[in-house]
Amino acid sequence: MKRTESDSVATDTEFSFETSGSTVEVSRSERLREFYEEFIYKPGLVAWSDRRTRVGSLIMAIYVLMGTVGVVFYKAPNSNQVERSIQPFQTMAAPLGSTRSGVDVLAMVIHATPEMLLMLLAGGLFATGVAVAIGTLAGYKGGTTDRLLTTFSDIAMSIPGLPLIMVLAIVFNPTNPALIGILITVNYWAGLGRSIRSQVLTLREESYVEASRTMGVSTPRILVKDVIPNIMPYVLVNFANAARYVVFASVGLYYLGILPTSVDNWGLQLDQAYRQAGALTGAGTMYQLVVPMLAIMFIALALILLAQGMDRVFNPRVRTRLAGESESAGGEDTEETSAAEMIT
Amino acid sequence: MNSYYIERTGRAVLTLWLVVTLTFGIIRLLPGGPLVQLRAQLIRQGVDPSEIEGIIETYQNLRPNEPIYIQYIDYVSSLVVGDMGQSFRYSKPVSAIIGDALPWTVFVMVTATLILFAIAIVWGAVMAYKEGSTLDTVSSALSILFSTVPFYVFAIMLVVVFGYRLGLFPTSNRTSPGMLDPYSIKFVIDALHHAILPITSIVVTQAGLQALAMRGNSIQVLGEDYVRVARLRGLSDSRISVRYVARNAILPMYTGFLTLIGFNLGGSVILEEVFTYPGIGYYMFAALEARDYPLMMGVFLIITTALVVAVFIADLTYGKIDPRVETGDSSEAY
Repeated sequence: MKRTESDSVATDTEFSFETSGSTVEVSRSERLREFYEEFIYKPGLVAWSDRRTRVGSLIMAIYVLMGTVGVVFYKAPNSNQVERSIQPFQTMAAPLGSTRSGVDVLAMVIHATPEMLLMLLAGGLFATGVAVAIGTLAGYKGGTTDRLLTTFSDIAMSIPGLPLIMVLAIVFNPTNPALIGILITVNYWAGLGRSIRSQVLTLREESYVEASRTMGVSTPRILVKDVIPNIMPYVLVNFANAARYVVFASVGLYYLGILPTSVDNWGLQLDQAYRQAGALTGAGTMYQLVVPMLAIMFIALALILLAQGMDRVFNPRVRTRLAGESESAGGEDTEETSAAEMIT
Repeated sequence: MNSYYIERTGRAVLTLWLVVTLTFGIIRLLPGGPLVQLRAQLIRQGVDPSEIEGIIETYQNLRPNEPIYIQYIDYVSSLVVGDMGQSFRYSKPVSAIIGDALPWTVFVMVTATLILFAIAIVWGAVMAYKEGSTLDTVSSALSILFSTVPFYVFAIMLVVVFGYRLGLFPTSNRTSPGMLDPYSIKFVIDALHHAILPITSIVVTQAGLQALAMRGNSIQVLGEDYVRVARLRGLSDSRISVRYVARNAILPMYTGFLTLIGFNLGGSVILEEVFTYPGIGYYMFAALEARDYPLMMGVFLIITTALVVAVFIADLTYGKIDPRVETGDSSEAY
């Protein structure tokens, strides 16, 4: 969609205010750069300065490597590929041990990663995308639109996620990881949409939004230019939360054996360890339960750390203080301690 | 003001109606079709073909040969009087199975959610007051660590360690066999003993994130002008902490609390399977496995109804607790 400023004026009335209404011309590239500075670079800097974001990104990078490079270089899981029932850390052939049918446990973990990543990416994008679309429109438009969209999200929110997914999984029996991700978040967006709506309710009274509105800028354009950038960090935080929900729910569904077993998943490994290897009662097979558990916990840890770290970016008070540009940073700190002392 | 309540009630009813319609549609979408399956099952059992239609009618509340709208009206009207059909697997009315199982699930989930919120509110508030201290850092790290574990993974660990290895807690059922008198102290203690592990797995894995939410709210409230003004007015510390800080920090968590109960009711399907705890989640899973559609849909409807009612109550009472909340009349359209 490459359009120059001039023909967009001709074709699209929504652009009119920039050429006729404003005295200072701002080119698209300048605006892009400004957007990058304000909403990606600066928050990124603040986020990176947070230890949690750093650790979270590092762990996530390991999973991405595992899911892309690891899959190519490490052997695929197969029965009888190594000796049966090897304990972990015994042989390099199966560093994390093998199952009773001679499958390398590490191979199972690594080869389940790409599907998992795809699943949480699809689920996260779907959940946050729908939530942003519905939440901003409802909050900004108000009136009947708001009432309809809010009713819609209320209904979606009122259907309990897990049971619904289970029923749908039985009806559709999905095997594509991306589809499973979307299925899992089929009504997850609703709660997020509601909270985005309430944030937009305050944003729409902001002077610059009001200015755009008075100048007759179209609603989609106000949403994209004035509203969404403001809630973007919050959306990112919730992308990570949605992704974590996808991990938890998918593993749970695989563990229960509700999703088709054709896709590798850590939940399947748990299920096998639990049911076939008798990891519950026999101490010898405990590692088969622990290894996939660790895989689940670390990816969840990465996502939570990312969400928490980015939350700092979202919260302007914390952000200013962190970046050290607040004129009253010191004063605020002492005030807070005194408040703390006072209350405790 | 009143129109808000009327509208909100209408919305709750509309939601329930749509969910009922959804389940009606899903039953027809299910692979093989439950009616086909039931018919095959009945023929296998050697039931006289002339009686089959009548039996199907009692099982599913459907007259399969009638036009779809008649089937729909039948379905909805029998639901209204509490008839959810008959379970294939247990050969009992679905409503009887749910009636027996629901109180146990509600007991476990409501207790767990209450405990985890109590912990989260106190813990989050303490973290906020000590923001930046070692205590805050360590607590935040801990609460993050706890929430990396899915509750059912933690549940499996609990079963392994405390159930099988140490033998301290039972690994299945809601009471020991022979516990019949529900009003005896022994019965209550036995029931608690069976419920402790499920409750613990929920509390430990969910309290952390809620505590972090409470911490965030408290920090925000501590920075508000009205707290500063209250201090300048020379109000007492206890008054400020209870009336100004605590109240405003807990408010946003109130809706979350009721929603979380509903959410946990949904999670009971996995939890009760791990603990072999015969609540509604356990029966839903058994129904899923046996393709016992009437039972499956019955449990699904009950959990949904619980969630709808919880959110409805939250919405109706929120305005009473927080007068600042607009009741939806004042927003104008642009």
